[in-house]
Amino acid sequence: MIPEIGHFALLLCLPIAIFLACLPLLGAQTDRVLFMRAGPLLALGQWLFLLVSFICLTIAFLSDDFTVKLVTMHSNSALPWYFKFSAVWGNHEGSLLLWVFILASWTLAVAFASQSLPMDMRARVLSVLGMISIGFILFIIFTSNPFERLLLNLVSDGNDLNPLLQDIGLIMHPPMLYVGYVGFSVAFAFAIAALISGNLDAAWARWSRPWTNVAWAFLTVGIALGSWWAYYELGWGGWWFWDPVENASLMPWLAGTALVHSLAATEKRGVFRSWTVLLALLAFSLSLLGTFLVRSGILVSVHAFASDPTRGLFILAFLVLVVGGSLLLYAIKAPAIRSAAKFSLLSRETFLLLNNIILAIALAVVLLGTLFPLISSALDLGSYSVGPPYFNAMFVPLALPMLVLMGFAPFINWKRSTKIIQAVPIWLCSVAIALLTAIFGALALAKQYDQSFHFMAFVTILLSTWLLAATLLHLWSKAKNQQGFSAGIKKLSISYWGMVIAHSGIAITALGIGLTSIYAQQKDVRMVVGDEVSVSAYRYQLTSIDTFEGPNYSGTRGNISVYKNDAFVATLQPEKRFYYAARNVMTEAAIDAGLTRDLYVALGEYLEEGADSGEGAWAVRVHVKPFVRCIWLGAIFMAAGGLLAVFDKRYRQRDTANV
Amino acid sequence: MSKTARVKLFIPVLVFVVLSAVFFHLENRIITGDYDPSTLPSALVGKSLPEFSLTTLADANTEITAIDLNGRPALLNVWATWCVSCRVEHGYLNSLADKGVTIFGLNYKDDREQATRWLSRLGNPYKLNLFDVDGKLGLNMGVYGAPETYVLDAQGIIRYRHVGVMDAKVWRSRVLPLGLDW
Repeated sequence: MIPEIGHFALLLCLPIAIFLACLPLLGAQTDRVLFMRAGPLLALGQWLFLLVSFICLTIAFLSDDFTVKLVTMHSNSALPWYFKFSAVWGNHEGSLLLWVFILASWTLAVAFASQSLPMDMRARVLSVLGMISIGFILFIIFTSNPFERLLLNLVSDGNDLNPLLQDIGLIMHPPMLYVGYVGFSVAFAFAIAALISGNLDAAWARWSRPWTNVAWAFLTVGIALGSWWAYYELGWGGWWFWDPVENASLMPWLAGTALVHSLAATEKRGVFRSWTVLLALLAFSLSLLGTFLVRSGILVSVHAFASDPTRGLFILAFLVLVVGGSLLLYAIKAPAIRSAAKFSLLSRETFLLLNNIILAIALAVVLLGTLFPLISSALDLGSYSVGPPYFNAMFVPLALPMLVLMGFAPFINWKRSTKIIQAVPIWLCSVAIALLTAIFGALALAKQYDQSFHFMAFVTILLSTWLLAATLLHLWSKAKNQQGFSAGIKKLSISYWGMVIAHSGIAITALGIGLTSIYAQQKDVRMVVGDEVSVSAYRYQLTSIDTFEGPNYSGTRGNISVYKNDAFVATLQPEKRFYYAARNVMTEAAIDAGLTRDLYVALGEYLEEGADSGEGAWAVRVHVKPFVRCIWLGAIFMAAGGLLAVFDKRYRQRDTANV
Repeated sequence: MSKTARVKLFIPVLVFVVLSAVFFHLENRIITGDYDPSTLPSALVGKSLPEFSLTTLADANTEITAIDLNGRPALLNVWATWCVSCRVEHGYLNSLADKGVTIFGLNYKDDREQATRWLSRLGNPYKLNLFDVDGKLGLNMGVYGAPETYVLDAQGIIRYRHVGVMDAKVWRSRVLPLGLDW
């Protein structure tokens, strides 16, 4: 019964979404207040029915309702409840339902959190969101019904969730990612609404800024979670693979990062108006493209869902309508956009332009690397695979100038920087700090790890410290110019803090990526209980091995004590697990995390033939990963900075002023 | 706004139109069965394996040639420890082996020690493993990447090639219809 209620609630969303797509827009075009007022109510209705639908599916999973095909395929009665819960979106159909529910939540938020918007603008935005919603609801109903029953051959238990997905990182990764992807639909809707109304002044940019920031922050966290999960769950310490599906999430992120910055320029100075509209359309279009690539079966990837070509055709048709339609609308309406202000070469506008150029090139690099293999096989030009070497070779030269420019960015004023000479001492000071840190840092790392001086490690530390020092010194100089440092620091705006934190995050992430890539060390060894192995300054001793029973698996656990210079550092307990239902062995790495290094141990297999002292020998993989944690720490900073900027007084003041 | 500037604004939509034409073309070929990202056409289908003489993974002194793989239908699975997707399909290969399906492995551009450990850690579905450290046999077979799975009949003729993860769906819809006596 409950699955039928869920299905029925989902079906009811379709007419609501159709009304949402039509009524408010019609009201805005013909100036009928009643129609426009219907928008928020319809958004609420759509959200409630989707909530019911999602809850029903969740109940089916939690109560082991194996008459539902989806539950049988992706869950198992022995699964702990929290993995039954995450199994709801650990599959194609359920994740789409989550996707459209998140879209409805964003729509609801826009409907009720933007009371200060002109009524016609809000009506158009809600209608555009309603149109996107129609597409996804139709997609679920016709190609991916999560409530399908198995009525004939009843089964006693399910196939189990893929053991790789039975993990806390994977509970959170998809929802975060979807909140980010779908969040770009709001900026998209604002841009479309502005294009429809022809009202292309800077106002739409101010309204979409907070929404874009929130979406971008969630996307950042989502990507970082995925990378963190791959790092500890897959068992060999990699954190980014340039897999097509990872790229599909990186592309909207790059477009979104560019958008966050160009929106600032458009709002404050009225420049790049046309480009900003295009970016807003692109960020969401790339999210949709990613959905298409992942779910159409067009790509071979670890991430790819069970594919079905009719699904692919459906999304493709939807993609053509939404992306093609919006880009066409842009081409027709954009000539009406006028960028008002002029700016001199040495201005913040120029720096934001450079930022956008670099990000656009990076975007093009990823897009080309992801799509080229597809295009070449479509045209029978032969099969190519574009691997990490291509992406790394292209990204490093883009990242270095970006870090240099970001250090200067806060010092440059809008329109024209006249007092630039005052910043020179701070820059010299930052360069000196960066040089010293880089020289001593690279030497210290050489001494600690492999006894040779790496030039790229020097460059990494130099540029990230430069960015960090310049940003923080700007904060300091800005604060001390007021009456007293502590009074000055209170006067700084929240969005300024957001910038400082997010840019520091970039510096931290860059440091982590560079140093981990250069200094990570790994040893594969055979160990008997009592054996020791040394990796860089650390000594690992295998003290014991025991076995235990998990809820749906049996496991073996090693106990490894780690010492540094004979001082005890940590006990690591790597596991390997045999999952009964899927007949799959998984490695659970044990990690002692630290800011400057991770100690990482994965338990290998039992080497029976190596039993020479009466006790069995085990294969053990030991890593020391310097600064790897900085990669995700930086991402947290970026997301926090992006979120913080939303709380700036400017947005709230405008709200209260207009109510 | 000048005419050329107006025309420039159409560039994004034109690029997108070209891209979606490519996608439609690909999807259509997938639906008609003409193209499958996981089944790249192999010039070798209908022919026997190229000549080779390789040692096995388990024993560096045992040399194996193509004839040693004949006798009954078998899968030849190309795998390596550096391959993410190989880990994903490994559980399914184990269950196929449990059902009595003969699976040979081609350990591709890998490290003997690491590969041996991988097998004792994740289970060994392979009847034997060819150790192709420099990828010479892989090159002759036109291996595109790991994982790939070739279906051999009892005479050692390649009947089918699958690129990507081997799972229940591929087994049922692609391999079983070949009508071999597993």
